[in-house]
Amino acid sequence: MDKEFDYSVVDKVLNDHECKQSSVIAILQDVQEHYHYLPREVFAYIAKKLDTSVANIYSVATFYENFSLEPKGKYVIKVCDGTACHVRKSVPVLERLRAELCLKDGKVTTDDLMFTVETVSCLGACGLAPAMTVNDKVMPAMTPDKASALIREIKEAERDAE
Amino acid sequence: MLSNREELIELRSAYSEALKLQTRKILVCAGTGCVAGGSLNIHDELVRLIEEKGINCTVELEKDPHNESIGIKKSGCHGFCEMGPLVRIEPEGILYTKVKLEDCEEIVNETIVKGNVVDRLVYKIEGKPYIRQEDIPFYAKQQRVVLEHCGHIDATSILEYIGIGGYEALEKALFEMEPVEIVDEIESSALRGRGGGGFPTGRKWRQVLNQKEPVHYVVCNGDEGDPGAFMDRSIMEGDPHRMLEGMMIAGIATGSHEGYIYVRAEYPMAVSRLENAISQARKLGLVGKNILGSGFDFEFHINKGAGAFVCGEGSALTASIEGKRGMPRVKPPRTVEKGLFEKPTVLNNVETYANVPKIILKGADWYRSIGPENSPGTKAFALTGNIQNTGLIEVPMGTTLREIIFDIGGGMKGGKAFKAVQIGGPSGGCLITPNLDLPLDFDSLKKVGAMIGSGGLVVMDENTCMVEVARFFMNFTQNESCGKCVPCREGTKRMLEILERIVAGNGQKGDVELLLDLADTISSTALCGLGKTAAMPVVSTIKNFRDEYDAHIIDKKCPAGQCKKLVTYYIDPELCKGCSKCARNCPVEAISGEIKSPFKIDTSKCIKCGACVENCNFGAVKEV
Repeated sequence: MDKEFDYSVVDKVLNDHECKQSSVIAILQDVQEHYHYLPREVFAYIAKKLDTSVANIYSVATFYENFSLEPKGKYVIKVCDGTACHVRKSVPVLERLRAELCLKDGKVTTDDLMFTVETVSCLGACGLAPAMTVNDKVMPAMTPDKASALIREIKEAERDAE
Repeated sequence: MLSNREELIELRSAYSEALKLQTRKILVCAGTGCVAGGSLNIHDELVRLIEEKGINCTVELEKDPHNESIGIKKSGCHGFCEMGPLVRIEPEGILYTKVKLEDCEEIVNETIVKGNVVDRLVYKIEGKPYIRQEDIPFYAKQQRVVLEHCGHIDATSILEYIGIGGYEALEKALFEMEPVEIVDEIESSALRGRGGGGFPTGRKWRQVLNQKEPVHYVVCNGDEGDPGAFMDRSIMEGDPHRMLEGMMIAGIATGSHEGYIYVRAEYPMAVSRLENAISQARKLGLVGKNILGSGFDFEFHINKGAGAFVCGEGSALTASIEGKRGMPRVKPPRTVEKGLFEKPTVLNNVETYANVPKIILKGADWYRSIGPENSPGTKAFALTGNIQNTGLIEVPMGTTLREIIFDIGGGMKGGKAFKAVQIGGPSGGCLITPNLDLPLDFDSLKKVGAMIGSGGLVVMDENTCMVEVARFFMNFTQNESCGKCVPCREGTKRMLEILERIVAGNGQKGDVELLLDLADTISSTALCGLGKTAAMPVVSTIKNFRDEYDAHIIDKKCPAGQCKKLVTYYIDPELCKGCSKCARNCPVEAISGEIKSPFKIDTSKCIKCGACVENCNFGAVKEV
């Protein structure tokens, strides 16, 4: 157990789910909602509380796409690359976002932890294709230029907030 | 809290009267699509403007309203997502499309106050206006059973659902029917699972009912992972109580007292609408212990998925609810014998459960009167891709693709030619022009190497490269393979490699045969449905578009011009003004020339990034 790490958030989540082993996915989801990723320190702790092995918790955390063991940006952008978005040209949108933020396949988060750009298989917003989400808010009918404008807007808003 | 049946009946008649006093209703679409277009702000603005005018309006249904009023509601998905945000006005049935915040004032002043139609917000085809929603060709050919309430009632109010007859089927199942009678009714309705397989629902329920083990479960598969499908999302968002009612009836029929709903994490609004619906039902005593004094208990749990397509497979889904890695297991034992927590489990999808209340109320004969004999009822489809009207539709089974794509869908976008339609997602196949008159049902599609799947229809035009589409699906399946069995884990990887080299212009003679050989092995040896059907898109594109594969492999050309690595750029000397903009933007200095005379591209240096095309103001850079 890491002495430096504050486990109070994890404790609360565990209590909310009554420390049930079958709730491990929901527990990891709630922990991730707080930290925006799964800090490695939590695995051993959760395993002990749920009376299971660390390997078990780790295997669940690495199986599901939505769990991240790396910290994510303040703005998580998910570009939909479902079939409908794909045939309505979602890839150029993704490419533009990556170019704007100097990201590539394998490097999804900017060094200043401001943006994370990833793809998602289908948002179910196919009527609005190509679609993407910024922190779960759906942006309809995207184009590369709209994507650039959006990044500019966010950056400006962040600068103003400083 | 309702303690008996009579109280529910009383409540229903009170709210049905209350709804009648809403002489005018404004239904603002609050499905994911229209919300993204700002429909919630439009709703609030309409409420504000109408209140400002001193007109009596109700946002939440009241029990004993004394005066007539205007009901303003956030409804479920109207389906016509392409034209959203949508606002429907009753009793006229006017549908306003692409409504903006600035339009609200005019809607209130003209339509609500004076009763006039705001012409510019009305849907038009080639200048011809369609004022009433029901007259629009997109709606005229549909038959809505499962989606009947979507867009017509407040999706967040249990009282409206009850007011229009909701939970009447639950009542009937609780007080007038024995479990076996419910199963008989569903079985004789010939309802088949809407999740893709088309297994007879009644037979599944009977198998669970007959298990000796005392604890049974009801599970709803809302893990709608097929890219290009959003029917289940729309039902969960737009009419959540209907699905809950269906699940509870399944509980009564099979002796189950707990229902689990597994929803994908990508559907946050569906999760919140379901949570809201369950808590409303619990407060009224329609969920929980001793429902309506019948002695029957039922409780719901919602499990959010964590991003794994394979969890749509039954045994992977139950494993995931149990908190494990979502990996399918060998069957038998089947889910009906040993499903969730090793107990007999009824597992159906959202649309299947949503069909149940109506069948219980109107009877199996009514249900069988819709659609063909072997696959009765209606089916919801998500119509997407290069089509004029994207959206959510519901048609009787047996409707032809031509009717769906050209009559309802309005044909291809931008006047392009139809090429193919992908049906059944990554497990399905593509259908082409000769298949257009095929009646869509569970059995007819199997014959042509496709499957109805959950109901995603992605329409593709002449500019779509079918090899690239096959690569896209294989990439998807490869990513989503859980890794448990070798054929799927390794086989999809090899197939993807071959497809990637074909679209990159490095295809080799014999690649197509190798793909077919791998496809055959994977589909006959993989463990679960995901693996068994993984090769379907490849096989069906090879069958229908073999010449495109050959063009990529032999001629190193992409007939649709989509595969970037197979494109060669050149500058048309007739159009080039010699401005040098392309040369300045070329990242590898492949373009050269003198100012005011035509420039040239050195194809040996060109990396085909397309920067020159984007930057040319005269359209002089061409692709071959």
